[in-house]
Amino acid sequence: MDNFTPVSALVGGGLIGFGALLLLATLGRIAGISGIASLAIFQREGRSWRLAFVVGLLLGPLLVGFAVSDFSYSTPDLNSKTLFAGLLVGLGTAWGSGCTSGHGICGIGRFAPRSIVATIIFMASGVVVASFF
Amino acid sequence: MQLFFALLSGLLISAGIAISKMIDPAKVLGFLDITGNWDPSLALVMVAALVVYTLGFRLLLKRGSPLLRADFSLPAKQQLEPSLLLGAAVFGVGWGLAGYCPGPAIAALPAASSGTAGFVIMMILGWFIAGKVPIRNRQQKS
Repeated sequence: MDNFTPVSALVGGGLIGFGALLLLATLGRIAGISGIASLAIFQREGRSWRLAFVVGLLLGPLLVGFAVSDFSYSTPDLNSKTLFAGLLVGLGTAWGSGCTSGHGICGIGRFAPRSIVATIIFMASGVVVASFF
Repeated sequence: MQLFFALLSGLLISAGIAISKMIDPAKVLGFLDITGNWDPSLALVMVAALVVYTLGFRLLLKRGSPLLRADFSLPAKQQLEPSLLLGAAVFGVGWGLAGYCPGPAIAALPAASSGTAGFVIMMILGWFIAGKVPIRNRQQKS
């Protein structure tokens, strides 16, 4: 566990929770990233606030990059595995109406049974695939 | 005003994703892969986000309405239908393969990596296909 980073995890996690809460406090909306980003593309109604949210998503790490001097992160190689994973994440989050943010944080945070079940399932299948494949 | 707060919300969330290093798929896979040098960081990210959101959610609902709109818009569905269960399982497989869920993948787009861009394009294609080919649930009225 020498790669465990508890302080940045707690600070970053708290910020994620606060950002999601801000959307609820102002627009009264659940901060589900898969739902907001897909509807920003495929639905005309409510597009402007959803696009603004996605623009915010793109800006956050840039800002952190300016503030923190040694900020860097890896990205996946472009190969069939990465592309297949992207397709599955798209299909799964649309069929399952949510991802880590919508189900895992906002849904569990309001004790929604659907989100608790969905989070257990995607955590379990994620662990199985990452560990044994 | 609504656009400003929507943008700020997205910005705070992705800044949190960056600070917690969840923007790095290797970091996420370090949590999901329990056979190697296990990294519990992702669990702490979830706990911290959940503590803030759960407490805030209770306080906000007592207020009765959000600041800029008349009502809260919360999902009302309760059933655990096949689409939810199967969708979550499929999402988890993709997450475990690449270490990306939608937030970090979108947040990492400015890094201009072809792998990230390819992932996001395929994710959008997945959203499109799932919209055309929904999973039929028995109780669903059409």
